[in-house]
Amino acid sequence: MIRTLPATLVKALALALFAFLLFGPLANLVLWSVAERWYAPFKLPVTYGLRYWEVVFRPTGDAMSSLATSVAIAGLTVLVALLVSVPAGYALARLKLPARTLIMIMFLLPQAFPSVAIYINVARIFYQFGLAGTVTGVVLVHAAHGLVYSVWIAAAAFAAVDRDLELAARNMGASPLRTFATITLPLAAPGIMASAIFVFLESLDEFTGTFFVGVPQVTTLPLLLYSASMGGNYQIASITALILLVPSVLFMMVIERFLRADVLSKVGQ
Amino acid sequence: MPRPSPLGLLLVAPALALVAALFLYPLGFSLVAAFTAEGQPTLRHFEKAFELYATDIRFTIFIVLFSTVLIALISIAIAGVLTLSETPWLIATLRWLYRWPLFIPFIVAAQCMRTFLAKNGLMNNTLVAAGVLEPLQAQSFLDWRGIVITFVWKQVPFVTLMLAGAMASLDRATIEAGRNLGASRLRVLVELVLPQVSQTLLVGLVLSFVTMLSVLSVPMMVAGSQPTMLTVDMAFRINAYGDYATANALGVISYAMTAVVAWIYLRHQVRREAEA
Repeated sequence: MIRTLPATLVKALALALFAFLLFGPLANLVLWSVAERWYAPFKLPVTYGLRYWEVVFRPTGDAMSSLATSVAIAGLTVLVALLVSVPAGYALARLKLPARTLIMIMFLLPQAFPSVAIYINVARIFYQFGLAGTVTGVVLVHAAHGLVYSVWIAAAAFAAVDRDLELAARNMGASPLRTFATITLPLAAPGIMASAIFVFLESLDEFTGTFFVGVPQVTTLPLLLYSASMGGNYQIASITALILLVPSVLFMMVIERFLRADVLSKVGQ
Repeated sequence: MPRPSPLGLLLVAPALALVAALFLYPLGFSLVAAFTAEGQPTLRHFEKAFELYATDIRFTIFIVLFSTVLIALISIAIAGVLTLSETPWLIATLRWLYRWPLFIPFIVAAQCMRTFLAKNGLMNNTLVAAGVLEPLQAQSFLDWRGIVITFVWKQVPFVTLMLAGAMASLDRATIEAGRNLGASRLRVLVELVLPQVSQTLLVGLVLSFVTMLSVLSVPMMVAGSQPTMLTVDMAFRINAYGDYATANALGVISYAMTAVVAWIYLRHQVRREAEA
């Protein structure tokens, strides 16, 4: 016991240091969100209060309109992504396609390229079509970026559906469309739900694309965070950051419920 | 398998059209802008890009490579402890801890670090309060070190998650055999476990590398203006001068960096298949 004590102490200290490095930055964020006054040389805020929370959550404030814009864009992005990726996922999982691997890789490309160089040109093209600075433009950019999740996960979800159940329905006289609507789609729904959450979060957190395509008319929460932070308004920036953190952390906790191992093992195949 | 179906192509078409319109077409646009002037092929945008931004090109390569190395070392360490440790409470706590930054957006991570790593931020304040640091020694980390710390903080959970998953699915018998023969856990990790999960590690690192090369918010918010990463330079060329030619030349340089990494990955892949 006496011999193992130092080893235990070393492990506990290492864990404590690790936890400090992980949570320290987040703790600093929380402190700033409730600091009414905080300046050097004080190590902790001089006065605490919820004044800035009230500013952020004021119904007429910038933050609430940015939040509404962000949620609307994320919702529309999910809609667009699912509309194109449910059929594509089904085809990739069930139908014979020429150059299937190439098609799969196509959806990965927008994520696998340095995106800034692409977005500056998207912004230029959108300008010609009057899409620059519009919600539609931002939704399209977010949807293209999220396609790798929505298509790949939808394809995996459809591939994990037991073919025998579909065959049974067909044998009992159901049409292909009816089989799809009553058997295949409901069984693949949890996986598609997971892909929808992925796309929603990806859109909610997206900064670079909105920065080039959305400005100056479309202000989402990440853009508000950026301008508040660069303007030195750390309270507003921190509260905005905390609002963005909530869905991310919730998602981390529930992801395993939606993405079952049998679907996960088929992603990218 | 049924024969190739026209229905399948029809179902995939809308999704492919989205990628073509919003990725392939702008990619072509960027190549044309980078390699031509007044309709003639030219390399002069690259000359200008190198002339103005040679330092930032080196800086970007250094930051991304250094971060990738740190991410690899820390992820191997954490995944190694999760796989080989014999202390249940350590494994349980570490498993619960390490994932937290996984889904935190880069822009939120950048804002966290902007305050945490500042001269009067929580990191220095804690070190001073703990007696590790004299108040006068406290310095701001909001330069290249801040960018590296933010990237590592954000990407380590991702690579660790992949790596720990791969290690968990290994055959425990070889690990136990190595341990029984008296090999230390470090040796088991380096000589038995790592070679079997190198593929997963490589995929995680390649994805992290490209991600770090694409992030705009972290270098803008965490570090000062000079020197900076290519993403910031591209945004600056566009927003300040409307200079698409130089911005796109810088873009092509960042594609080239990605291409080198993709080539390393593919070469590794081919060699593995040859061995199999």
